[in-house]
Amino acid sequence: MKPFENVKSIVTPLDMVNVDTDQIVPKQFLKLVQKSGFGKFLFFNWRYDENKNIKSDFILNDSKYDGSKILVAGDNFGCGSSREHAVWALDDYGFSVIISSSFADIFFSNCFKNGILPISLDSKSVEKLLQETNSVEVDLENQIIKTSSEDISFEINSHKKKILLEGLDDIAQTFQFEDKICAFEEKSTIPSVL
Amino acid sequence: MGKTLFEKIWESHIVVEKQNEPDLIYIDRHLVHEVTSPQAFDGLRMNNRKVRRPDLTIATMDHNVPTTDRSLPMLDETSSIQIKTLENNCKDFGIKLFDISSPNQGIVHVIGPQLGITLPGSTIVCGDSHTSTHGAFGALALGIGTSEVEHVLASQTLWLEKPKTFEVRVEGKRKNPHAVTAKDIILSIIKNIGTAGGTGTVIEYRGEGISDLSMDQRMTICNMSIEGGARAGLIAPDEKTFDYLRNREYTPKNYESLVDSWRDELKTDSDATFDKQFILDINDITPQVSWGTNPGMTCDVDEPIPSPDEFSNGDPNQKKGAEKALEYMDLKPGTMIEDIKIDRVFIGSCTNARLEDLIEASKIIQGQKVASTVSAMVVPGSQMVKKQAEEMGLDKIFTDANFEWREAGCSMCLGMNPDILSPGERCASTSNRNFEGRQGNGGRTHLVSPVMAAAAAINGHFVDVRKLDLN
Repeated sequence: MKPFENVKSIVTPLDMVNVDTDQIVPKQFLKLVQKSGFGKFLFFNWRYDENKNIKSDFILNDSKYDGSKILVAGDNFGCGSSREHAVWALDDYGFSVIISSSFADIFFSNCFKNGILPISLDSKSVEKLLQETNSVEVDLENQIIKTSSEDISFEINSHKKKILLEGLDDIAQTFQFEDKICAFEEKSTIPSVL
Repeated sequence: MGKTLFEKIWESHIVVEKQNEPDLIYIDRHLVHEVTSPQAFDGLRMNNRKVRRPDLTIATMDHNVPTTDRSLPMLDETSSIQIKTLENNCKDFGIKLFDISSPNQGIVHVIGPQLGITLPGSTIVCGDSHTSTHGAFGALALGIGTSEVEHVLASQTLWLEKPKTFEVRVEGKRKNPHAVTAKDIILSIIKNIGTAGGTGTVIEYRGEGISDLSMDQRMTICNMSIEGGARAGLIAPDEKTFDYLRNREYTPKNYESLVDSWRDELKTDSDATFDKQFILDINDITPQVSWGTNPGMTCDVDEPIPSPDEFSNGDPNQKKGAEKALEYMDLKPGTMIEDIKIDRVFIGSCTNARLEDLIEASKIIQGQKVASTVSAMVVPGSQMVKKQAEEMGLDKIFTDANFEWREAGCSMCLGMNPDILSPGERCASTSNRNFEGRQGNGGRTHLVSPVMAAAAAINGHFVDVRKLDLN
């Protein structure tokens, strides 16, 4: 996984609550067997109408936000299905920071596996960022979002921060505990399936 | 101080514990399906890794399998490739697969318990959010993403932050348990706690209203824990649980000695405390019908659709969400639920496609016909459910009423196969999510119980099933 680097860009304000993973990537695109190329399917049913014409009233279709790397959205972002395709789509489209007042658990966890930084802020700060029109800088090392008018600090678990900053491979880390896994298996009382 | 059931299962599965970091948790059962696994197997290949414990891993295909005649070739090429990919991956990595022609094929959360693979006190994961279903057996069952699927395949473990505990206590007795079902209990819970009410927690469902339920009904409750935002849902195992799992195809040989230890260990201590609590009194609850685009947007069958102001309780964001939902659903506040006409009925999904669901629905439609304006289908949760139902003659009851009787799979719960709603179609569905476009782009989903769906099919609109003679 690539290490996370500080991001400076304008923010894309998606002023909606309960944005579910079915909206982030609709089911018809879950049939692919690779991880790449999901960006074109991001928010597909909101970006295009039934005839695949662009819906001009959807925020991602406003050219003002082209190249934005920071998505700001309302409460409970990423709820619903466990599909990691949602994160692959956000990543491939170009977002590397998602800011909301709260995230659904599985989506939140999936972000860290793909080098995406989800930031939880209080609702007031999220409201402010939804209105922000200037460029914003996200500094993970110092846990600060720098806007034109103020610095907003954010919380992140130190372990998760390290994973992002170093781009650590989870599985390689876990293999260091091979002896402990074997020891656990020795004493486990749950029999195998077969 | 005493411990909760969740804390006991968690602690007994810690492989590595670190201060202020996630714990490394051992996984006893890994269920795999075609949609969220291909990239995980690719990752193993790229890094030259193998599956650590194929004997703890079981696969099936459920999300995009056709539910029509399976002797015919699959028309959708991308679905066909995904299914073939799972077959190849299982072969290459030595994983037991219940493929499309297996009598054990079905929705992964229906077959796990039916085959005795789901066990009390175990940890179970699957790349699917409705893995919470298995919590009905007192297992800690978590939905995970594809990266985590790869991690479990490679190491049989996961790094997990310990969730908080949430007691949902269901008190009282339903006046008419055939009309007011487990689905109505869980929809009622979600309506009250909200779709993010359980975020960061594992719910333990407790109380008389839960212990009264059958295993099929308990699975419906735990299944929708994720719709309340929870990481997992749990119900302490009891004799009903142990009886259900006895003598299944994959029930362990030393089952009785396992039961002896589970009986003592797998319960929340009387002096244990939870981080959060919600109490639902079910003495007076009614059948529930969702009206919006998330499962929290639900009301009683005898209520009018709320206005966005009433629904949002002063929260401007929730109000905006409700306005958008009503527009999408083409509904007006004040409309009575029973006046809503429907076009389609779907009885299926990992929430409500078990034998008991089909039996209850069949009682409603016996000797009747689906309304001429409605097209209705039953998709059994597994081939085994289908066979059992056919042995009881349920298929005949459904087909005589003009329901379609299909092969097992996820089907129109998420419409990854050809079973989808057309734009604007309105569906009474026994599934778990009413998100925009979930059952087909532009489709409108109302979540209900199997009996409510069956009654809607016959009448062409929602009906309060308490008015029907169901005994």
